[in-house]
Amino acid sequence: MENNTKRYWKGLEELRNGEKFVKNAHKEFADFEATDPGKFTSLVDGVTSQRRDFLKVLGFGMAAVSLAACETPVRKSIPYINKPDDIFPTIANWYASSYSEGGDYASILVRTREGRPVKIEGNKLSSVTKGGVSARMHASLLGLYDNEKLRGPKKGEADIKWEDADKQIIAQLGAIAAKGGQIRLVSSTLLSPSTKAVIADFASKYPTTKHIVYDANSVSGLVKANADSFGKAAIPAYDFSKASTIVGLGCDFLGTWVSPEVFNKQYVQGRKLSSVKDGKRTMSRHYQFETVMSMTGANADYRAAIKPSQEGLVALALYNKVSGKSAASLGADIDACLNKAAKDLKASQGAALVVSGSNDPAVQTIVNALNSALGSYGTTIDFGTTAHNRQGDDVAMNAFIDEAKAGKISAVMFLASNPVYDHPRGAELKEALPKIGLSVSFNDRADETASLAKFITPAPHFLENWDDAEPKSGFYSLTQPTISHIFKTRQAQSSLLKWAGKSENYHEYIESHWKNNIYKAADGSFEAVWVKALHDGVYEPNAGAATSGASFVGNVDAAISAVSSRYKANAAGLELALYEKVGMGTGAQANNPWLQEFPEPISKACWDNYANISAKTAKEQGLSQGDVIKIEAKGQSIEVPVLIQPGQANGTIGVAIGYGRQKSGKSSDGVGANAYVLAKMVDGHVSFNAGEVTISKTGETREIAQTQTHNTVMARKSIIQEARLADYQKDVMAGRFLAKVETSEGPKRATDISLWNGYEKRNHSWGMAIDLNSCTGCGACVLSCQVENNVAVVGRQEVVNRREMHWIRIDRYYSSDAQVDDFEGLEVASENPEIVFQPLMCQHCSNAPCETVCPVLATTHSTEGLNQMTYNRCIGTRYCANNCPYKVRRFNWFKYFDEDNFENFHFSNDLGKMVINPDVTVRSRGVIEKCSMCVQRIQAGKLEAKKERRRPVDGEIETACSQSCPTEAIVFGDMNDPESRLSKIMEHENAGRAFQLLEEINVKPQVSYLTKIRNKDIEVKSEEKA
Amino acid sequence: MHVTSSVRTPLVLGGKTYADVTEDVIRHVEGKPTKEWKIALGLSMVVLAFGTASVFWTWWEGLGVWGLNKTVGWAWDITNFVWWVGIGHAGTLISAVLLLFRQKWRTSINRAAEAMTIFAVLCAASFIVMHMGRPWMAYWALPLPNTFGSLWVNFNSPLVWDVFAISTYFSVSCLFWYVGLVPDLASIRDRAKNKVSKYIYGTLAMGWNGGAKSWSRYEYISLILAGLSTPLVLSVHTIVSMDFATSVIPGWHTTIFPPYFVAGAIFSGFAMVQTLMLVTRVVYKLEDYITIEHIDSMNKIITLTGSIVGVAYLTEFFIAWYSGVEYERYAFVNRAFGPYWWAYWAMMTCNVISPQLFWFKSLRRSVSFTFLISIVVNIGMWFERFVIIVTSLHRDYLPSSWAMFSPTIFDIGDYVFSFGFFFTCFFLFSKFLPVVNMAEVKAIIKTASEKLPKNVSGVSKDERLAEASK
Repeated sequence: MENNTKRYWKGLEELRNGEKFVKNAHKEFADFEATDPGKFTSLVDGVTSQRRDFLKVLGFGMAAVSLAACETPVRKSIPYINKPDDIFPTIANWYASSYSEGGDYASILVRTREGRPVKIEGNKLSSVTKGGVSARMHASLLGLYDNEKLRGPKKGEADIKWEDADKQIIAQLGAIAAKGGQIRLVSSTLLSPSTKAVIADFASKYPTTKHIVYDANSVSGLVKANADSFGKAAIPAYDFSKASTIVGLGCDFLGTWVSPEVFNKQYVQGRKLSSVKDGKRTMSRHYQFETVMSMTGANADYRAAIKPSQEGLVALALYNKVSGKSAASLGADIDACLNKAAKDLKASQGAALVVSGSNDPAVQTIVNALNSALGSYGTTIDFGTTAHNRQGDDVAMNAFIDEAKAGKISAVMFLASNPVYDHPRGAELKEALPKIGLSVSFNDRADETASLAKFITPAPHFLENWDDAEPKSGFYSLTQPTISHIFKTRQAQSSLLKWAGKSENYHEYIESHWKNNIYKAADGSFEAVWVKALHDGVYEPNAGAATSGASFVGNVDAAISAVSSRYKANAAGLELALYEKVGMGTGAQANNPWLQEFPEPISKACWDNYANISAKTAKEQGLSQGDVIKIEAKGQSIEVPVLIQPGQANGTIGVAIGYGRQKSGKSSDGVGANAYVLAKMVDGHVSFNAGEVTISKTGETREIAQTQTHNTVMARKSIIQEARLADYQKDVMAGRFLAKVETSEGPKRATDISLWNGYEKRNHSWGMAIDLNSCTGCGACVLSCQVENNVAVVGRQEVVNRREMHWIRIDRYYSSDAQVDDFEGLEVASENPEIVFQPLMCQHCSNAPCETVCPVLATTHSTEGLNQMTYNRCIGTRYCANNCPYKVRRFNWFKYFDEDNFENFHFSNDLGKMVINPDVTVRSRGVIEKCSMCVQRIQAGKLEAKKERRRPVDGEIETACSQSCPTEAIVFGDMNDPESRLSKIMEHENAGRAFQLLEEINVKPQVSYLTKIRNKDIEVKSEEKA
Repeated sequence: MHVTSSVRTPLVLGGKTYADVTEDVIRHVEGKPTKEWKIALGLSMVVLAFGTASVFWTWWEGLGVWGLNKTVGWAWDITNFVWWVGIGHAGTLISAVLLLFRQKWRTSINRAAEAMTIFAVLCAASFIVMHMGRPWMAYWALPLPNTFGSLWVNFNSPLVWDVFAISTYFSVSCLFWYVGLVPDLASIRDRAKNKVSKYIYGTLAMGWNGGAKSWSRYEYISLILAGLSTPLVLSVHTIVSMDFATSVIPGWHTTIFPPYFVAGAIFSGFAMVQTLMLVTRVVYKLEDYITIEHIDSMNKIITLTGSIVGVAYLTEFFIAWYSGVEYERYAFVNRAFGPYWWAYWAMMTCNVISPQLFWFKSLRRSVSFTFLISIVVNIGMWFERFVIIVTSLHRDYLPSSWAMFSPTIFDIGDYVFSFGFFFTCFFLFSKFLPVVNMAEVKAIIKTASEKLPKNVSGVSKDERLAEASK
């Protein structure tokens, strides 16, 4: 190492070693002056910014970043800081509660997860509904998360504070009461005894108050007739299970009339069959006379189509025939059906039941006389307990509207009612309302009526409420809140109490009302009864009460003369019949996308109402499906598209109520047309037989969104297998189709030949049996499944595009008159077809065609017989869907839950998303989905059993569809468990009614069907129909 | 090198010399792009741009923009896929099978036909990706080691077979095409006047020196690749047909599909080759290379394969009746007389009836009539796939699910995309690469030196041609 004085310098400044450099050499930050002090004053020039500027820049940066962050969606996840005692993440809590809306009632269990209700199930402890929950009740859950409800009280258009609203309303009420002004409270049917007590308290504070009850789907004619006939202004309890002959006269008792949840169960009880040796081989016989093809008519063994103008005469003719008198002819088909019905009714004296959906007291009086003559009272009809489901009084409502028009009313309140929309005289009321000094609506939104009220004091959804119900006399149930109030709403009862100057605590009010009026000391201490009632949901002091009849004291002759003058045997004109859809009902819950997309059991149409017209009448009128027609009557008109409906009476049009809402929300406004305006008032009673109408083509067409467009089964015997009861009694395999394949060793059953080794199912083998004879087509399973499995709503256009997402559908087939080899003829349904419903979900094939074709193994077979779908792995080739012989696979064409096009369907907003079941993945765009047999429930049930070191017990695990089926048509279970109901059914039905769909392709489904049996005589000409 | 006897009828007309061949073909590569070419390319790029926009929107919004539904899960997407794959078959058949059968007339058309194959397969592949619900996951269909655990593809699935079949087919076709190009690329390199072309074509020619050893290897590799490709001609469309044949859907579940699909593929492929070659020969003035004899031969193959396809159609009907399966019977009755009867009869007319007109020699040798029929056949073959896919799906087992399919603007737009892509590629190919395999054509022109005038050197081509035509 020689001369190592080589010097390294950091920069020229150091090399030069100038004065400035030396001065600053030991300072970390040199103290250089800015060359131009004015130049670097701005924040953004960089290096020479002051230290304080740094903070400014930092601050700005933070603000900018935060601002930018605002534009991207913020996913809030808020942990519990103090965890509530009874809420465990991922563990569901169940609460017993009650559903009651417009008189529709069910005792329910509400499943909540992390404090939000996510599912409604039936409460089997209730002896009224016995666990029955209709499609609409399942769907009502979504109403809780409807983003378009009011956030708080309103005065006119403006928001108002509750205190101010209370002050002003109380002041006005006080002033009105002081002047003796008339106060009216208009409500739909209220089942709650406590609410009625509240109203009574309110009325005692403001004595001019009168409570007007009306129902959009009124049966006040029946109540009136019962008052006349028996001195009992009530609806008796019907028991269809005890009837061996049932006659329905324009009465959709399985779909919409009074209490279908209850009637479905009873009805099917009388129609269950068993192929076990000495099993039940008898069933009730059901005749139906109706205008519109109803779900009830679809289940009938014999059905005749009648015009609305014949309705009364049909009842009269039946009465005459049963009592051996002569009856005027109503046409060959109807006469034949009537004769047969009369014969059967007489033969089943004491086990007969005739029900009429007419709202004409005269018709109901005749039916009462008929039932009396048949000995139905005390057997199939019970006046011991009465049903409270419809309490509306059309006459009182009519009088109220007259008063309102005359300006005699000073204050009106609307509780759970929307008469401007759903009363035939709604338009008159609309004009009269502004004249009323004080008008208050308790509705949850500014709907057609509420928007005209001076105040809206919105009540919360029933799942946020305390309430009680008495659906049948002496049968009580409680409603308890399952979530705290989402918006600043207050129960109507609390409001009324407050305005009556009482404590607004309605919970305490109910409790004391129960203590003083309902509780029976014999049941133990009140506290124990109350807690038990709250836990069970029901309190039934009247259970087990003896049935009681009633003696008929009505004036039949007056009724006969009224009927004879009002109805015509063969009127020529085109008549309109309004009807209620099974899903939509009266339209009170129209802004519910689940309900809107619920396919009507018969027409399979959704998102619309339409003119049901028979093929013959359509041809006469030059109409085809989708033509928009204008229907005019009594100065009102509506425009609806035509739907060709087999079974619709010729010369009639059927239009559903419940559509054409104007101020209900994005999902419902403008969907369909409001048919209430065409309803008639006859003697003060609302009549859905709207009489003669004129129609004209508007020249427009509107495609109706139907989930099924091909209506017949094309004589395919491996899909629908059915038999007549008499044949079944002789041979339990009657109607079965056994597919045989020719082989070198002679013909073999198709299921005996296979390329596949099959799967071992050592532990469980989940499966289902679906009884086609028990399925009434009500569709509760469809909605229950939709709720449970987060099935997306796709909207009208996408249903038109045939892309609905339902995991379970109910196929509805009409019979055809054509021969089996006449393919074109087979496409045409009979004029008055026989109908069969077939619930169809993934069949969980053991040789699943979908599994072999998936390139990425996204769909595989489980060891428990399930066909599994792995959404994450799916790349969306749709080959599985193509290769599915049952077409049950659904593809996510769009990102349904998060796209603007689907924003009206509640899934796309934060509130609506709260309905999502956290146990089930929400599927994204581009993947296939399908029924999983509620694998999340199976898994949960298995874990529960495992924790307790036991096998799962049959019935412990239920799929959403099987749990919701009111008639137990769908039985789910473990086929490896010999004790399961499923194994027991299959044990004897395997050599009886059980068949698997499309047996000849040998995909070996885990789901079996039981043949449809019709209680029809063999000699009927259409015997060999498939 | 082959030697062609002077007594045979010439396959190349016009008394071409080796120099003429080179000149006639390379002229288009070396020359400035013509106006016609620019217009054609511009037009196809406009179509491509529109198609790309449509494909982009399909991808952005989801497959809901198509007209598919819960019942008809495939329609135009897979129809287009099968159609393009089928078209591709002619290229391989011409280069491989005809090579093995020593059909020397193939040499003038095999280059373009192979290029067509490659572009057609690319178009087909684009529909494979496009039809997926989640195309960004397309690579999951490959048996790749992955981070998702022991996930593997489903070797039972015909779609996985498709992935192998199409990718093998594509790679072998590319290789075959490129190997054939090497001597011609060397010719271009040798004549290239500017550095860029010299560099590019030189690189692509991979040091081809025209030596006897090189030619010998060239011949060997061609033969080997021909041997490899020949089974592919059969296998690719066999496997594509299994997409349908292995399913349970009536109308798909048919054992006749493999031969029927292969015949159909060759049928449509030859028609497409006709369409393209008839245009190319006029535009590039290659009438002497692609002669009426070529057109005549290809028309004969079209008639043959068209007849096979026709017999297959009828066989399907017979079997549907003979099987006794009610679903199968209905599927075929529905094809002919159901709501999509027009598609069926369009298919029948285009595929079965129209090629039979080629029994007339005058029609078979008519350029304009051939062109018309070549288009008609491809329309027919598109309808064949549409009929198989859509009419089988739209009414299968359960009548409750029966539905109709109608295309949307995006179904059409995405199909248009493939045309834009195909023609853009084809026009670029026809400009920058020799459209006729010069090396092989030279092997079949007559070594008819005796026909040449004495004073060859210095005499212009026109004079020579005029001389030759005397």
